[in-house]
Amino acid sequence: MTPLPRPGDPTITPALIAEHGLTIEEYQRVEQMLGRAPTFTELGVVSALWSEHCSYKHSRPLLRRLPTKAPYVLQGPGENAGVIAIGDGLAVAFKIESHNHPSAVEPYQGAATGVGGILRDVFTMGARPIALLNSLRFGSLDSPRVRYLFAGVVKGIGDYGNCVGVPTVGGEVAFDEAYEGNPLVNAMCVGVLHEKDLIRAVAQGVGNPIIAVGARTGRDGIHGASFASADLSEENEAKRPQVQVGDPFTEKLLLEASLELIHSGAIVAIQDMGAAGLTSSSAEMAARGDVGITIDVTKVPLRERGMTPYEILLSESQERMLVVARKGREREVAAILEKWDLTASVIGEVIAEPVYRVTEGDRVVAEFPGTKLITDCPTYTPDAREDPTITALRARDVGSIPERREEADPLWTLEQVITSPTIASKMWVYRQYDHTVRTNTVIGPGGDAAVVRIRDTRRALALKTDGNGRYCYLDARIGARIAVAEAARNVACTGARPLAITNNLNFGNPRRPEVYFQLREATAGMAEACEQLGTPVTGGNVSLYNESPASAVYPTPVIGMVGLIDDLDSITRSHFSTEGDTIVLLGTPTAELGGSEYLARVHHLVAGAPPNCDLKGERDLIEAVLASIEAGVVRSAHDSSDGGLAVALAECCIIDRGRPLGARIDLSSFAALPMRALLFGEAQARIIISTPDPTALREVATRHGVTSTTIGTVASADDPLEIRVGDRTLTASLPWLDRLYFETIPDIMTKSAAAVVTAATESPV
Amino acid sequence: MKFGIVTFPGSNCDYDTYHAVVDALGEEATYLWHKEHDLRGSDVVILPGGFSYGDYLRAGAIARFSPIMREVAAHAERGAPVLAICNGFQIACEAGMLPGALLRNASLRFVCEAVRLRVENADTQFTNRYDRGQLVTVPIAHGDGRYTADDETLARIEGEGRVVFRYVGGPGDADEWWSPNGSMNAIAGIVNAAGNVLGMMPHPERAVDDLLGSSDGMGIFESILSRVAA
Amino acid sequence: MSRFRVAVHIAPRRGLLDPQGKAVTDALRTLGFASVQDVHVGRHLVVEMDAADPAAAERTTRDMCNKLLANPVIEDFEIASVSTL
Repeated sequence: MTPLPRPGDPTITPALIAEHGLTIEEYQRVEQMLGRAPTFTELGVVSALWSEHCSYKHSRPLLRRLPTKAPYVLQGPGENAGVIAIGDGLAVAFKIESHNHPSAVEPYQGAATGVGGILRDVFTMGARPIALLNSLRFGSLDSPRVRYLFAGVVKGIGDYGNCVGVPTVGGEVAFDEAYEGNPLVNAMCVGVLHEKDLIRAVAQGVGNPIIAVGARTGRDGIHGASFASADLSEENEAKRPQVQVGDPFTEKLLLEASLELIHSGAIVAIQDMGAAGLTSSSAEMAARGDVGITIDVTKVPLRERGMTPYEILLSESQERMLVVARKGREREVAAILEKWDLTASVIGEVIAEPVYRVTEGDRVVAEFPGTKLITDCPTYTPDAREDPTITALRARDVGSIPERREEADPLWTLEQVITSPTIASKMWVYRQYDHTVRTNTVIGPGGDAAVVRIRDTRRALALKTDGNGRYCYLDARIGARIAVAEAARNVACTGARPLAITNNLNFGNPRRPEVYFQLREATAGMAEACEQLGTPVTGGNVSLYNESPASAVYPTPVIGMVGLIDDLDSITRSHFSTEGDTIVLLGTPTAELGGSEYLARVHHLVAGAPPNCDLKGERDLIEAVLASIEAGVVRSAHDSSDGGLAVALAECCIIDRGRPLGARIDLSSFAALPMRALLFGEAQARIIISTPDPTALREVATRHGVTSTTIGTVASADDPLEIRVGDRTLTASLPWLDRLYFETIPDIMTKSAAAVVTAATESPV
Repeated sequence: MKFGIVTFPGSNCDYDTYHAVVDALGEEATYLWHKEHDLRGSDVVILPGGFSYGDYLRAGAIARFSPIMREVAAHAERGAPVLAICNGFQIACEAGMLPGALLRNASLRFVCEAVRLRVENADTQFTNRYDRGQLVTVPIAHGDGRYTADDETLARIEGEGRVVFRYVGGPGDADEWWSPNGSMNAIAGIVNAAGNVLGMMPHPERAVDDLLGSSDGMGIFESILSRVAA
Repeated sequence: MSRFRVAVHIAPRRGLLDPQGKAVTDALRTLGFASVQDVHVGRHLVVEMDAADPAAAERTTRDMCNKLLANPVIEDFEIASVSTL
């Protein structure tokens, strides 16, 4: 059936096409696919599904290079979330997703709805969410606007997860002027399921009803998907869609009801109506099942009067799900939803005819042949060319930059680095997240990785998000490798074997050759690291067009790593715990300073080559740590990276706040290195271990080909952290370190009027 | 002994409470759905943490009108034990089972951390396994935990020894009152006049396993057990 | 029966510590509004209802406030307006 234009539809002009984010070539492709001109409603549908956010048109060819397979991968990319088996018939579903643009406009709701979306992606696989993590980037906290964004995002993440009752167990936050105006808000969710309950969002079975579940549909976020695919320019300001508002209480109901529906066997498939709402959920489910589908928009429960089919199809109202039920079991579905006070409306069905059809009552308003709507979207491989200014920055010999006069006192330098908001404790942030609900959090935020036990087993998961925009800016390939390697190292420090990752690629406008170059290099670096470390990619998200009038963001691939601990007794923490333990450094300090926090903080310089990333060495290091932990000779293990060895040692002393321990360190065997590189350089593949049995530990290290050096002993709570290098000694008292590390961010935030008002006026839930 | 755990649609600590009772304490537990009219033979009722009905109006405001709460109130009237934790405490105050109210934290921020509590009264049926003055570590996780009452009420509950737990030991003196949420008199938990309803913001069910940091909360469950069993 | 729109203001009881109000007061002063003396942050509810006349609408709304919408331990309420729809 050929759809007819509705009265009041605007005429399709080149300007209207451009406004929908489609090129003329793409529009012609639509005409070819249909054999006629599309209606306005169809134009809206195509523009949403062919937006970067939904179609990955600039990234798909690159993503194909990522390794996605391992014997334990049950579900790779292309579903709501990836799924891996962890033994005993149990599986883990996990995924990371961005909500960058909505958070730039309305930080509280933007971040909250980001959490809501990722939760739905996980529980629609049949998994109960057991943990949330995040990865956040903001501009400099010196700016009041940034403090407002930071406070709002943190509160939004907290309020949503806290209310649903899923612990936020970890994350990372970094601040850099490059993110001014375009913060990054990536949220990750991890869920556990029985393998037999795994359900995929694949529509099947002619005659099966399609049911809309949950909140009513309003005009929120219409064209959010295309909005996420455009620069945050001033010109776009006026076109910004209505902000989506989250309702975590309804989400909690949806979560419980969805899991009951899945366990009941009364449904075939379920998917979140996320970006591009009803359109993408229905079209994607139909395409995966290679079936036809018909939907009547007049059956969709609405929140506002007078909504057009175009608006109903593209609305991004939150907390809505689309379900394909088994014919004849509609009553069962309705009963479960009623228990949870949720409404359900049959809005369509799976049909034999190979079309994607939308009607308004009897009138067809959109119709696409087969699954072409999804499969016909073009992909692009634009020009890639490195920005020569970055090549020059990277080539700079940062080792020859003269020290500042104050650096004669390394304590001064330590103070500068440790009070960088990127390095300082994020306790101000995670105190606002309920990280103990569900009573499985063994290690919460603040350690190397979060550890969450799997109830009724001896197993636990180690979870970590990691990214490094500055390294990636200087060298996207190396930066991406480091992101994977560091996440794996963090997870291994807790005693877990790294299993798989989800990734979130946050980049600028891919149509600029220098941005596409970064995207290409980062994807390649990530692929190399994943292959070497044996951690396939099971899914993720690509967020492009992260630019604002002020600047382009750093290319920021974020890794969400999942590791498995086979026995709760292996769980290892980051901090020194026992006076008299020997401190051993695995790995080797280098003279590298490029891209370091030290350069950024002390010299206001982002330059040099990021540290070398030897993937074979990383793999050996991980094996060595895991073998040492298994041998029972590791009391604590902490990764040394951002901020360098001095910061990592300070963290080992103080991060178990309330129970700090001093340490006596002697780094004289590395005295040939420049002092600042030794203390603040960010050489990779290094782990600080405290051990009761250094001989056994070093023997395990040697067996794995890993260099180890005894560098000191754990002292008492009354002792300072003392670091000797040759004839120079740095002595930092624990209370001094504690204050710098833990009070930096609270000091900044309590002085900020904008942050205080955010706390005072946002919804209390 | 049978523990009934009331489950509102937005409850999210019902599961933790269930495991504390069944796994850690080794007793029987059953969930009581908010639409039910029957406590199903529960000896003890627990109002667990969460966000009852979303708590958009005021924490606990709507929950008090649910069918199950009528039964819970009757159960309390009979002198049977009710343990109201976090959101449960808010509901119990809204329902008039306990005096006072829980307001937004003074910091205006949600706060999640392990806090130190001092047992102020070890003679209640919820605390007989503790010693008076004992310090225990229990997690809190709430946005509305600032205990507030008028002067007269405050004087009365203090005078009658009904303040059961107090927050102590901020930076500095371990014994000093120190409230993470701005509660009056650093009050963390109180009982009703009859002593059979305990309301507390900290989560004892999150402190029943040393692997997770503390098992100090077990004392509450064991106290209930020894008292009711006796 | 006619349809009415009743607006209700709910504010923290006078004299109670009001950290939200205080935070906003401080923030406004920081921004240069030196003349600000005090701010209270409360809730504003709009109830649409059927009633015989405005007085009845107001009476019912008061009942709602006493029973659910306001907590007398911590809050005061006032009926801000009653208008016919």
